[in-house]
Amino acid sequence: MALELKMPALSPTMEEGTLARWLVKEGDTVKSGDILAEIETDKATMEFEAVDEGTIAKIVVPEGTDGVKVGAVIAVMDGEGEESAAPRESGENPAAEKAPHADASGDPEKHPNPADKQEPTPHQMETAARELVADVTRAGTKEAADPAIPEGTQYARQTVREALRDAMAEEMRRDERVFVMGEEVAQYQGAYKVTQGLLDEFGDQRIIDTPITEYGFAGIGTGAAMGGLKPVIEFMTFNFAMQAIDHIINSAAKTNYMSGGQMRCPIVFRGPNGAAARVAAQHSQNYAPWYASVPGLIVIAPYSAADAKGLLKAAIRSPDPVVFLENELLYGQSFDVPQLDDFVLPIGKARVVREGKDVTLVSYTIGVGVALDAAAKLAEEGIEAEVIDLRTLRPLDTGTVLKSLAKTNRMVVVEEGWPTCSIAAELCAVVMEQGFDDLDAPVLRVTDVDVPLPYAANLEKAALLKSSDVVAAAKKVCYR
Amino acid sequence: MARTSQPRAAKPASKAAAEPPAPNRERPAEPERFKASKDQLLEFYRQMLLIRRFEERAGQLYGLGLIGGFCHLYIGQEAVAVGVQSALTGGLDSVITGYRDHGHMLAYGIDPKVIMAELTGRAAGISKGKGGSMHMFSVEHGFYGGHGIVGAQVSLGTGLAFKHRYARDGGVCVAYFGDGAANQGQVYESFNMAELWKLPIVYVIENNGYAMGTAIGRSSAEDQLYRRGESFRIPGIQADGMDVLAARGAMEAALAWVRQGKGPVILELKTYRYRGHSMSDPAKYRTRDEVQEMREKRDPIEHAKQELLAMGVSEDALKKLEKDIRTQVAEAADFAEQSPEPDEAELYTNVLVESY
Repeated sequence: MALELKMPALSPTMEEGTLARWLVKEGDTVKSGDILAEIETDKATMEFEAVDEGTIAKIVVPEGTDGVKVGAVIAVMDGEGEESAAPRESGENPAAEKAPHADASGDPEKHPNPADKQEPTPHQMETAARELVADVTRAGTKEAADPAIPEGTQYARQTVREALRDAMAEEMRRDERVFVMGEEVAQYQGAYKVTQGLLDEFGDQRIIDTPITEYGFAGIGTGAAMGGLKPVIEFMTFNFAMQAIDHIINSAAKTNYMSGGQMRCPIVFRGPNGAAARVAAQHSQNYAPWYASVPGLIVIAPYSAADAKGLLKAAIRSPDPVVFLENELLYGQSFDVPQLDDFVLPIGKARVVREGKDVTLVSYTIGVGVALDAAAKLAEEGIEAEVIDLRTLRPLDTGTVLKSLAKTNRMVVVEEGWPTCSIAAELCAVVMEQGFDDLDAPVLRVTDVDVPLPYAANLEKAALLKSSDVVAAAKKVCYR
Repeated sequence: MARTSQPRAAKPASKAAAEPPAPNRERPAEPERFKASKDQLLEFYRQMLLIRRFEERAGQLYGLGLIGGFCHLYIGQEAVAVGVQSALTGGLDSVITGYRDHGHMLAYGIDPKVIMAELTGRAAGISKGKGGSMHMFSVEHGFYGGHGIVGAQVSLGTGLAFKHRYARDGGVCVAYFGDGAANQGQVYESFNMAELWKLPIVYVIENNGYAMGTAIGRSSAEDQLYRRGESFRIPGIQADGMDVLAARGAMEAALAWVRQGKGPVILELKTYRYRGHSMSDPAKYRTRDEVQEMREKRDPIEHAKQELLAMGVSEDALKKLEKDIRTQVAEAADFAEQSPEPDEAELYTNVLVESY
């Protein structure tokens, strides 16, 4: 019986990987549990184990191959299972089958013998998060240039993950007071690989693994900042920062005020925030409105890799406490990052990422990709949307929003998060108070549905932000 | 009554009951009562008396409506702050505590005027009137607050110790907390990391027997708080917090351990507060007799006074000292009453350091 070995899905967001190394060769006999290959995902290098006994008949994908899609056949094994000696029809030409299977059930007609139990084909997990990422990919780089970047600057493609790491590394090189502390930041190289390589360069006195005790290490970081150091505290996700929110708010945010300006707390709390892929209610929440409601905090939520880098560097340099909200789905996305020796962006400045005259779409973090995708679709229908990336949520750059509103007279706020007491709700209030005379239509909010994020793929899809809803809302405020 | 924590290993029946069990690891030295010179004890006495008179006056000002909100008095516990902080090195070590913080600031030599003016919410207060009783700081003195959330200062203090280690400045942090805070989860998260990383910190538990209105026996499964670090391998010392020399002696033993780079120590000082938890506490959870007995038999200031007299200090000298302190406190109170309130523009300052 021939068994096809297929590229496994090794993480919720993995779509493809690199077949780094084969640990077996054709003709080798393997048994269940033997490690066959090493596969690199965007997050880690994983081992691929045999689940059956048999002989490696053919290696289809040679080692060192990048971009091997989940579900693609990577090798064929001659099985020695007792229950079926029947030769299998399919698989005689496995090399022809390079595309991933679209369906886990495969093609039943190809497997007439019920005893011929083929492992189901690994396939991409269904998740609406992929649509958010697709919006980002489609949005591409057709963005307006950032006026903060000098003309003639060279750019290089970089993922958000790499940009964040570079920001930390650059700031650690320039200031000895900067250190990184959190769960799995050092030896593991970061739960999401954001701190990859930092331990090698800076050592374990400055890249510090902590026990799983968010309340404790957030307090230790805050105390170290009060003592004059510049900690970067990584939360594996901001969902876990709920355990530590007392120190972020009561200890870090209020210190300067309570001490009459005598005691400072220059600290950065950073990590992924918002919905990821199919991780359900307790791991999928956007805390931006929570932190943005607190005086004494700076709250930053970047979208692009360039902003992630320039703003994280600014956050580390700031003498104020900063909550820096990243997004897991954006970590692997690539953007153009300016190749400048010291690229620091101003905190508190929104950016017009797409110019338009008919309607203003305001968003931040992953919602910007959704808004840009919606803007492209609207353009096909003759509606030119202006897209604003808030970048900093506190202090909020209301000037840039109101200026755009004065031009378009229509506004839709796009937010990957709940609608109630949201950044969108805050912007509605700002526009009522300061931009009322510029409005030709009510401001609309397009957000996630007001429920805990469900697990089931169909319900998740129904709950998350969609660019089609942004298109509909924009048309509505344009009375089209 | 000072003692260091020992593992409670079952002793073989054949062994003599008097023989103490061998410790399974190194421990700090058994503390000795500090042998103060006459001048040293006089200074401790002065500091304790200043705290006592200051707090009594603060209580009066509260009653007059000049101090608002919460006001937690340190009366009865003076020997702890004075004994512990007298062992520290100024300009090197750091101190952090909870909201019952007036005494620790006075023990650090911070001007009573700016403390009292903070209590009355005036511009001249140490936090410009924006912090109040529970939120006072003096970075200059290495005093990092003054924190209103029970137990928060334990993690924050561990962070200050982290800074001493990171900067290799040789400093030690003293993080004070009460028997109430000793049950907070973050305390144990901090203990774990402090021992794991051998941070230079002395956790001083001011055990006054009551977490607000809850007696320690009703709140703590292990009421011998100096043992609370055992599962993290943090040694504990228990000493009399009503005796300034015992407190100082125990602190010396703790500091010796920490300064050798052996990691944190827990120092439990058993003490007592004469007043309610805060000014608004009727203190119905304990009897008048209990308080009266402590005041009469265990008072740290009276004990120091008797010791000074025995050392040959004259009654007149002590009377003069008392008079000077009364004057100093009266001046602080006048200053605090007469200083102007903060300018209204101060409402918007110090929210952030920088403009964005």
